[in-house]
Amino acid sequence: MRDILLQTGRRFIAFLQYLGGLTSLSLLTLIWLFAAPFKWKYVIQQMKKIGYDSMPIVFLVALFTGIVLALQSAYQMQKISAEMYIASLVSLSMTRELGPVLTALVVAGRVGAAITAELGTMKVTEQIDALEAMAAPPVQHLVVPRFLASIFMLPLLTIYADAIGIFGGYLVGVYKLNLSSSIYINMSFDPLVMKDLMTGLYKTFFFAAIIALVGCFEGFQTEGGAEGVGLATTRSVVISFILIIATDCLFTVLFYFIF
Amino acid sequence: MTTIMIDVVNVRKSFRGRPVLRSLNLTIKRGETMVIIGRSGCGKSVLLKHIVGLLKPDSGQVLVGGIDITKIHGRELDKIRLKFGMLFQGAALFDSLTVGENVGFLLNEHALFGPDEITRKVAESLAHVGLSGIEHMKPAELSGGMKKRVGLARAICHNPEVIFYDEPTTGIDPIMADVINNLIVALNKKLNTTSIVVTHDMVSAYKVATRIAMLYEGAIIAVGNPDEIRATDNPVVRQFITGAAEGPITEAEQRR
Repeated sequence: MRDILLQTGRRFIAFLQYLGGLTSLSLLTLIWLFAAPFKWKYVIQQMKKIGYDSMPIVFLVALFTGIVLALQSAYQMQKISAEMYIASLVSLSMTRELGPVLTALVVAGRVGAAITAELGTMKVTEQIDALEAMAAPPVQHLVVPRFLASIFMLPLLTIYADAIGIFGGYLVGVYKLNLSSSIYINMSFDPLVMKDLMTGLYKTFFFAAIIALVGCFEGFQTEGGAEGVGLATTRSVVISFILIIATDCLFTVLFYFIF
Repeated sequence: MTTIMIDVVNVRKSFRGRPVLRSLNLTIKRGETMVIIGRSGCGKSVLLKHIVGLLKPDSGQVLVGGIDITKIHGRELDKIRLKFGMLFQGAALFDSLTVGENVGFLLNEHALFGPDEITRKVAESLAHVGLSGIEHMKPAELSGGMKKRVGLARAICHNPEVIFYDEPTTGIDPIMADVINNLIVALNKKLNTTSIVVTHDMVSAYKVATRIAMLYEGAIIAVGNPDEIRATDNPVVRQFITGAAEGPITEAEQRR
């Protein structure tokens, strides 16, 4: 019994330490964001890696999700002859929920992992120490560009995913369910108001911050060679996933009661 | 003129409850080459990182030119770091940059010179280490010995007052090791720098050292010039410098 309590206590302390470390990295990042001229060259490099290079996989995930969503709802909607509402259902669920969350998860898996692996390798090969020894603060050089690039690119990727998902639904609606193209388009965009798009986009800023900061933090924490880099990368993805889903839940509840 | 460049006073440091440095004292004079010897994992690199300010001690002081660097942060600390050059154990070149960008990193970062002047200084540093004309290559294309030499070029590019070498000869062949030893001696003479070398390679230690200090169980147990160290009657130092498998060091480890 005592052992269990001790174990739980230790876990809890480790969890608080983790949270503390993550928070202090966030604050440091915010300070460097305003305190120094930041490196546009690195920001643009990262924007390409995080945003542009993620477009193919986001395209596939969003397209298939749109198709599946339309087909699965058709299964029920056909019974009550309400196929035309599939268009609204797809467009609303993509913009409000699936677009932001799926894009964030895909980017966390692709980019978050890459960030941790890169920074982790830099840590274990003393490149981060070298930066610091040359009076080049690692947070300014490594974290701020990745943070900014994520914050810029994730919302754009989300809008892109929303559009592709709606297009996936359109394919099903028009070619499988034989709805007319103009009706489908009208039914997609009529019920869609700015609020739907924005509630989806607000969240993505937080998701982007989570991906970049957890990725960098895990990278900085890496110890012990190749195995350490592997472990850190796994942890980075798992923790990002959990935090993204938890944040999503929190925001959905918040928006539900506020608006 | 012999003045004190670096003074390490009563530094203690533990990692996860395990003491690595226990009340360590060491004085390094301006212009000398201090070689710190000791077994792998005895805390030599940790000591070096304390002097550069990459690690903060649990207690004690590290004075660089009279300033306690354990008490300062940020830009103040960076100002002192610009006087340092450091060669890391694995060279620690930035993979994403070319050799030229690596060597000129600090000059670019702090905009110490104009672009043309930086290009010239980078070429000069690479020439110092015998690697002219490889500015465009990526670190991944270099051999281990070349990486170390590029790391050295990066460490000396801004004419530092103090150069730190973390195991400069580990992991490279004996001939290249001698080339590096000669470089350390030559740089020390030519640029008139203070050098601190961490190594467990005694050939290298005797060759480059003005003085040698032995780190054992978290403290400096002997300091002296190479001849004094060779003639030492301290059994621990004796075992280490002769490389004997049996002696007080290994006995102490077996008792643990």
